[in-house]
Amino acid sequence: MNVTQLSVFISNKPGHLQKALKALADENVNIVTLIISETSDYGILRMIVDDSERGLKALRENNITCSVNDVLALEIDDRPGSLFNALDAFAKKNLNIEYMYAFTEKRDGRAVMIFRFEDIEAAKNALADSGYNIVRKIDLTGEKK
Amino acid sequence: MFNKEIESMPKKKMKELQLERLKWSVNHAYNNVPFYKKKFDAAGFHPDQLKSLDDMKRIPFLTKQDMRDNYPYGLFAVPLNKVVRVHASSGTTGNATVVGYTKSDVEVFSEVVARCLVAYGVNENDVIQNAYGYGLFTGGLGLHYGAEKLGALTVPISGGNTPRQIMLFKDFGTTVLCATSSYALNIADYIETKMPDFKIESTKLRVGVFGAEPWSEAMRTEIEKRLKIDAYDIYGLSEVIGPGVSCECSEKSGLHVHEDHFYVEIIDPDTGEVLPEGTKGEIVYTSLTKEAFPGIRYRSRDISMLYHDNCSCGRTLVKMEKVSGRTDDMLIIRGVNVFPSQIETVLMAIEGTEPHYQIIVDRKGSMDDIEVMVEVNEKVFSDELKALNNLSKNIADRFRSVLGITAKVTLVESQTIPRSEGKAVRVIDKRKSD
Repeated sequence: MNVTQLSVFISNKPGHLQKALKALADENVNIVTLIISETSDYGILRMIVDDSERGLKALRENNITCSVNDVLALEIDDRPGSLFNALDAFAKKNLNIEYMYAFTEKRDGRAVMIFRFEDIEAAKNALADSGYNIVRKIDLTGEKK
Repeated sequence: MFNKEIESMPKKKMKELQLERLKWSVNHAYNNVPFYKKKFDAAGFHPDQLKSLDDMKRIPFLTKQDMRDNYPYGLFAVPLNKVVRVHASSGTTGNATVVGYTKSDVEVFSEVVARCLVAYGVNENDVIQNAYGYGLFTGGLGLHYGAEKLGALTVPISGGNTPRQIMLFKDFGTTVLCATSSYALNIADYIETKMPDFKIESTKLRVGVFGAEPWSEAMRTEIEKRLKIDAYDIYGLSEVIGPGVSCECSEKSGLHVHEDHFYVEIIDPDTGEVLPEGTKGEIVYTSLTKEAFPGIRYRSRDISMLYHDNCSCGRTLVKMEKVSGRTDDMLIIRGVNVFPSQIETVLMAIEGTEPHYQIIVDRKGSMDDIEVMVEVNEKVFSDELKALNNLSKNIADRFRSVLGITAKVTLVESQTIPRSEGKAVRVIDKRKSD
């Protein structure tokens, strides 16, 4: 399923990441999962939060450069080979994964992977062609169990 | 025109007026300021030798250092009780430079600013929001007096407090904004990022008067598009009088110099030789009417060119090309001459980038090293590293192909390069502290 991801531009310097985190904290926005990719000068913080609209507003109000886009969330079995198999669906269709990361917590023995594609619909079709259920809604925020 | 007789005066008549006034001004400086007497005497020049405009080249130059050496009142030509106002530069690189005005000087200052406003199509029915800083800086009071002289409603808001500036656009029915060009862009940024529901079209804003720092044609296009106004350049320097030394007209190409008050020459900055019309060089100013602080052949360090082009606006006043840089702003990077304005032009040509940049020059070993910091805004930001890598690479490539310099391009967070409400600090040259 599609998930809204927030990305933030951060200078690679002490204290800079905190500015974004504080903006979210002040608005009581919780980060569900995140990944940072960095160069020597800057990094991109990508994250999934419990309320992306409020998160985005909080960031913009603090003059933090950010963007919103849809990423693909896929639930797979938490056992050897299941990620390999999922990627096979994309490889077959010659789809390039821009980047990917995983949820830190297991959900009922299943792992959740996040993928960023140029064309998210093509990726979903590739999964469906390989027999994945892409309609299933995943409880990402999952805090109220 | 605010003063049709002067502004459309035939060239020959203007030269006669200038010579007559020059004689007065040079004598005034020589007789009342010991510094000038000493300097002229040492150069073997006496005011009586000034018979034609061509004789000007025999007079020695006045430099910023001379002003610093005579801090604060050493170059005033009238007793202090005749001086009604002073302005001063910030003095970050030495003593501040102080200039003074008599009542008559303030009157001249107001008139030239009023002429500028009329040249931009502003009249007494306009509401002028003056976002130049009020204080020792000439911009605030200069524009204020000119706007009042014209009879327009003048809003002395001064610089800063952007939300309030925008609120007053609406509440006061502002039609004209006076500010630095970088501050105008700040206002546009603020509206676009913080006030998505605010429509600039819903205000009556129609004219922008921008000066105090060099700004490029690309920046004009950007400001005009985003604030939905006509943007005009106003030029001046406190050593000459302040803003209003010259102004653009409806043609937006070149600035008419108020040469009945300021005599202009272009010189070769290396040899000091006077260059003919149509040649680029450093502008040198001589005041023709100023009482408190006469400036005789002041080297501005601003680079421009003078020309007459039968301007369609009807003004016969000599034109100067929009100032492209300053002799002391010019960076020599591994032997290549670069002006910050050229870097700005390259940046603005790249879709989405904004002219919020800073140039840091350093020396690594024996090599000059240039780093250009560019702010990343939402228009160019991407969640993919490769897109940002491409952006910095693209900028660096253009610096190489257009300017012939190899620069490290560093992307930095939005709003982290210091914004000026006065003048923008574009260049940090660390080599100078060696």
